[in-house]
Amino acid sequence: MEHKTRNSILLAIVAIAVVVIPTSLIKIEVIDEYTAQILTLAGINAIIAISLNLISGITGQLALGHAGFMAIGAYTTSSLTMQLGLPLPLAIIGGGFMTAVFGFVIGFPTLKLTGDYLAIVTLGFGEIIRVVLINMKGLTGGAAGLKGVPGFTADILAQPVISFAVVTATLVLILAGITNFLLSSYGRAIISIREDEIAAASNGIPVFFYKMFSFTISAFLAGIAGGLYAPFFGYLNPTMFTFLKSVDFLIIVVLGGMGSITGTIIASYVLTYLQEFLRFLKDYRLVIYPFILIFIMLFRPKGLLGRTELSLVGLLNKVLQWRASKAKDDKEARR
Amino acid sequence: MSEPMLNVESISIVFGGLKAVSNFDLKIYEGELVGLIGPNGAGKTTVFNMLSGIYTPTEGKIRFMEPDGITKNIEGQAPHILAKSGIARTFQNIRLFKELSVLDNVRIAMHNRIAYTPFGSVFRTKSYYQEEERIKSKALELLGLFNIDSKSMELAQNLPYGEQRKLEIVRALAGNPRLLLLDEPAAGMNTQETKNLMELISFIRKRFSVTILLIEHDMNLVMGICERLVVLDYGKIIAEGLPEEIKRNPSVIKAYLGEEATIDA
Repeated sequence: MEHKTRNSILLAIVAIAVVVIPTSLIKIEVIDEYTAQILTLAGINAIIAISLNLISGITGQLALGHAGFMAIGAYTTSSLTMQLGLPLPLAIIGGGFMTAVFGFVIGFPTLKLTGDYLAIVTLGFGEIIRVVLINMKGLTGGAAGLKGVPGFTADILAQPVISFAVVTATLVLILAGITNFLLSSYGRAIISIREDEIAAASNGIPVFFYKMFSFTISAFLAGIAGGLYAPFFGYLNPTMFTFLKSVDFLIIVVLGGMGSITGTIIASYVLTYLQEFLRFLKDYRLVIYPFILIFIMLFRPKGLLGRTELSLVGLLNKVLQWRASKAKDDKEARR
Repeated sequence: MSEPMLNVESISIVFGGLKAVSNFDLKIYEGELVGLIGPNGAGKTTVFNMLSGIYTPTEGKIRFMEPDGITKNIEGQAPHILAKSGIARTFQNIRLFKELSVLDNVRIAMHNRIAYTPFGSVFRTKSYYQEEERIKSKALELLGLFNIDSKSMELAQNLPYGEQRKLEIVRALAGNPRLLLLDEPAAGMNTQETKNLMELISFIRKRFSVTILLIEHDMNLVMGICERLVVLDYGKIIAEGLPEEIKRNPSVIKAYLGEEATIDA
């Protein structure tokens, strides 16, 4: 019981610190605006990569259309604020739910099948969404794009700080929720589907139900990420959500480790920053970036963290154990 | 006599043009230990797949008795529903969740009767902690009965072969089955291991009061522990009866050893 409270307090402090400290640093301009934007974008990428990891790495169903889900979330959120005048938080959640509905509808016929059908269907779906968005000129501005999406705050100067704080806080909340969920019987049920569908079913796991559950949540989170992206960027264009974007998210997941949520977060920040950092190479960036990916995959074929999670509580317990054993050794040595 | 727990009425299954099992009948009464034997390719595993819901029979009925004594048609029902109503199975080519821990393998089979919601898991309610505690101690207790509780944190794939087989049986038992289907539990085991397995199966029967149907090639095991045998060849039942009768049955000898052997004998 004591450990439980101690761990919760520790995690709460770390969670608040992760949001508050960089936010203050941006505020007092120790971190410049450009870096702040990269960090915010990395946070959004992390949310969508977590959502992709949930269905592909953890449930074991490859999906290739998460840019499409992100687009639905982004356009729904901007429509809800610009046309209906809903407050932004509600609009973002609305975008998430709208995307979840789409996820449910395309998952229902597809996830009954075993195999990589989901990959093909989501691939096609992502492209369809893009073409539909180009042609729904009234709502989306068509190929010219949607300008003037209202930001997180009306104050332009405070925009980078608020954007960073909102995105990072959302990421922390999602991380906490997903981690708790995965460490429960429901999480184990979903993972068992990845391991062996037939064995899972024979041991009482309703495989189709949990695939749907996981895919719908994944779509919801991707929609939330899209909903955060719209006010962060202020401008939407269907060409932002191509198949290549979906592949970018998949690269993050594979590099971080299929099945590792913390690995995904690390990979999101590393890769998003890397892409910006390599800009000084101009067009050579497009050569160097894949090279770095190839090297990482050669040396860590299962991704940075594989399937393991980075655990603060686990780390703390190890340190405490180490100290306890050291104290014991010292005592014995003194005798 | 009372009604059978499992009553299979002439089920058949067709794959393309091949009738893999035809008009298979089987009655199993509560507490029995029945063996299903036959040469390779006779259709034994296909029968198991129909009983556990992986295949739907093309024809015929399967009735299974609920704990309250009411029988229900179960042919073609999904495997997870059958698992919940009390039919558990193991697989010929071990299907563990290889990259998960031994403990998780057992806990997954207990998911059936979980008493908290997904919301409870996200927000860590009191019932989440209580239930997780209960599941964990029950799983460890179960593993302890089979002397593999000390390896509960190891990955299932790192267990030696015999213990993997054992773990698969433990996992099947974790779902609280009333009928246990064992598909070649002694495959790949040596004489001593098979002997231990026979003791294990008798122990399981007593301890969990579970009815068992098993497929096996090892005749020592089958003759040693089964009360009744059903012999399958080319998808059809060719003999049924006590082990002693089956041993002397000419059509069984013919199926296993071929025509001349019977003439020589």
